[in-house]
Amino acid sequence: MRTNDVMLQTATKVVTFIILMFAVHIFFAGHYTPGGGFVGGLLTASAIVLLMLAFDIPTIKKILPINYVVLTAVGLLIAIATASASIIFDVPFFTHAYDYFDLPLFGKTSLHSALLFDIGVYLVVVGVTMTIIQTIGEDE
Amino acid sequence: MSLVFLIFIPILAALFIPLLFKRLGQIHTGWFVLLVPAALFLYYATRLPSVMEGGTYVSELSWIPSLDIAFVAYLDGLSLLFTLLITGIGALVVLYSIFYLDKHREQLHNFYVYLLIFMSAMLGVVQSDHLITLYLFWELTSISSFLLIAYWYTRDRSRFGALKSMMITVFGGLMMLGGFVLLSIMGGTYSIRELIAQAPELAQHDFFIWALVLVLLGAFTKSAQFPFYIWLPDAMEAPTPVSAYLHSATMVKAGIYLVARLTPVFALSEVWMWLVAGVGLFTMVWASFFALKQTDLKGILAFSTVSQLGLIMSLLGVAAAAYHVEGAADTYLKYAAFAAIFHLINHATFKGSLFMIAGIVDHETGTRDIRKLGGLMSLMPVSFTVALIGSLSMAGLPPFNGFLSKEMFLTAMLSLQEFNMFSMDVWWVLFPIIAWVGSVFTFIYSLYFVFHTFAGKHQPEQLPKQAHEAPIGMLISPVFLAALVVMIFFIPNLIGDWLVKPAVAAIQPFLYDSPQNVDIHVSAWHGFNTELFMTLGIFAIGGLMFWTLRKWQHLYDLYPDAISLNRLYDEMMLLSGGGANRFSRIYMTGFIRSYLVYMFSFMTFIVLLTLFLNEAFQIDFSNLAPIGVYEIVILLALVGATLTILGSKSRLTAIIALGAVGYSIALLFVIFRAPDLALTQLVIETISVALFLLAFYHLPQISRKEERMKFRFGNALVALAVGVTMTLVALSAHSQKALPSISEFYKETVYSEAGGGNIVNVILVDYRGFDTLFEIAVLGIAGIGIITMIRLRLTKKEGQHENK
Repeated sequence: MRTNDVMLQTATKVVTFIILMFAVHIFFAGHYTPGGGFVGGLLTASAIVLLMLAFDIPTIKKILPINYVVLTAVGLLIAIATASASIIFDVPFFTHAYDYFDLPLFGKTSLHSALLFDIGVYLVVVGVTMTIIQTIGEDE
Repeated sequence: MSLVFLIFIPILAALFIPLLFKRLGQIHTGWFVLLVPAALFLYYATRLPSVMEGGTYVSELSWIPSLDIAFVAYLDGLSLLFTLLITGIGALVVLYSIFYLDKHREQLHNFYVYLLIFMSAMLGVVQSDHLITLYLFWELTSISSFLLIAYWYTRDRSRFGALKSMMITVFGGLMMLGGFVLLSIMGGTYSIRELIAQAPELAQHDFFIWALVLVLLGAFTKSAQFPFYIWLPDAMEAPTPVSAYLHSATMVKAGIYLVARLTPVFALSEVWMWLVAGVGLFTMVWASFFALKQTDLKGILAFSTVSQLGLIMSLLGVAAAAYHVEGAADTYLKYAAFAAIFHLINHATFKGSLFMIAGIVDHETGTRDIRKLGGLMSLMPVSFTVALIGSLSMAGLPPFNGFLSKEMFLTAMLSLQEFNMFSMDVWWVLFPIIAWVGSVFTFIYSLYFVFHTFAGKHQPEQLPKQAHEAPIGMLISPVFLAALVVMIFFIPNLIGDWLVKPAVAAIQPFLYDSPQNVDIHVSAWHGFNTELFMTLGIFAIGGLMFWTLRKWQHLYDLYPDAISLNRLYDEMMLLSGGGANRFSRIYMTGFIRSYLVYMFSFMTFIVLLTLFLNEAFQIDFSNLAPIGVYEIVILLALVGATLTILGSKSRLTAIIALGAVGYSIALLFVIFRAPDLALTQLVIETISVALFLLAFYHLPQISRKEERMKFRFGNALVALAVGVTMTLVALSAHSQKALPSISEFYKETVYSEAGGGNIVNVILVDYRGFDTLFEIAVLGIAGIGIITMIRLRLTKKEGQHENK
């Protein structure tokens, strides 16, 4: 017998996108206001977990066919690549670079190589959290 | 090109092997590999003329300057000789392997990658002047040897042999590292040349004898000296090209090299001379005696290699004695070092060819069991000829190179009568006698090897395959080596001038300052002297004993296996493995709760002890903020939730209460104005509650009936201790500041230096980016760990021990 979870499912359809938007916001805002890759990744993972709770894992796997192990590996690679890129410019390992640019639409914006590193962190956090939850959840 | 880079060429070439194997599989990968040692051999050969004059080359590549560690390639007579052996024999072995290993059935990419790694490692061992990098390459040879022995890793015996060789040689390697460290402490340098320069001062040092013994342990394990030789016969599970290359021509000679190289440092000590000569000679006679017990062709060769290595080792011991004799360059003692190096070259030629023949016999008949073989002479005439030349050279018969070096060996042993120090006056007689007995057995097993395989009755019904001669390509290398065996007999002085004398000058710098001063002339005939009569005695007694071999060979069966060294090794492995298992079973209960108890008790113990020892308990309430209503309310909720967990009957309640604890803490963060922490804590709490709910069905029931957890006094004590410790640490930390807070630094630099505004995140990605990098790496590993545990279901298999 399945429990009646229409309300949960309906709410989830809306809330998930709000959480995801918030995650993106918090990820980009991280360098100046609270947030960052780690929290952003966790929020994204929590959105997916909410989907999994409201529906079930096979359904979610169908609409989000992501191999989270690969995602983790990609994240790690991006992080390491960002850190080692500085070697090419003959500065110590892990030296970040940043500057301010006038971009259309955004106005004066700072572009920071730390953001690339943070993308790595973000992907690893999403990847690992989802790997763990999916593996345990699927196990019968 | 810089010499030090040449060492790495094989290892760099190894990078391309998998690609060549995948893309150009129709061409045997060995043909590409062959280019590497062949080109290196030719290049190094061009250095011969100047090294022959006594010239040396040094080339340095700094690696870890702060620790004074560098790759230093030093090429003198000794290292050049070994380098030529490694590359020359390497080329021949690769050529041979092309026909030995089938390109369709074998995993050639593995094989050649390991072989090339070994080549680099071995070049590094013989060229390094820096002790630490020498050690590094030394262990790399052990590892590549391990991989090569276990090349057919599906076979039990291969894995067993690989592990055995690794355990023994790495044990020796570690001891040697200890010796090296002591040497560097004594001499204040890692450079072997600088150590040699201050040898007399080193000998006065207290550590000297320790360094000596430890270094010798390394050399003896690697060169398979008694009692460590037991790994070599088991290493014969490797493909034959590997046995020919690593376990006869090169790697096992690394110990010889080390002893030769460090002779100028240690020769002052009487212990060195006794140990090297004594152990070497004993190994020689012991292994030659037991070679006759073997029935496997490669087993015979393995024991014979052990025995010959012992012979060379003992000669080096006698060479060290020359240090103590006034004007040794004019006595017969001078022959020892020359004979050692000369025999080393000869051994590489005849033993290399014999191994290849053993491989051919195995390849073409399907067995290496000497009891099943026989009468192959007419079926495999070329192989027989090569085997005959190799064996007779090993036995010490003219006109083969083994005769010359065996004569010199006897000369060197007899020369000990001129050495009357260390109360040797009567005992010296033992050395030539033992050497003579060893030579008799060497003579017998040489004949045993060749005649029991190729002569006698052919037994086709015993052989898995129809015996026939090997393909031409497989015969090239052994025939070439056999030709060398004969050639060296006729041109020994050419070899002596070009290769041996420069090496001797490097071993005995206290006697000669340049290779030209080594005044030794090799001749096949030097009149009716003691050596000649000893040799004739060897032929007569050895021949007679070989004739009657069938009658007394069964005496070997009387030797009980129960007290063999192999048995000792097996028992030690079982004891250490089983003992470690039993010990860890005492505390590894399999329950996380027990582990938590260990961890928490230990943590509180350590922290409290440190606080107590440093007298760090300090509580200062003077600088505190007032406690507001919100804090009190949240704390009450927190304590309430915690108590609910303990008192809950169902797991669901406990999980939700646990979530409440986490959220309360998040609220505390909000009150203390740490939005980043609050945010993270909230999300983490949410996800972990979800995780708990997901895993809900997999968790064991608290008990069969839903009831409260029992009160356990021990656990309560640990919990209380943890709480008290944390409180004390927090209060003490707040009450005293040993250093000013770092947050001021962050505040000042976060915008100007790091271009950010949120200190917490800038710390994560920039200031302490290294931490984050490692943390996400750990996260990744944890994820893989969970997959392994759950998806792959590592089931418990009780009592299955790999080495049983």
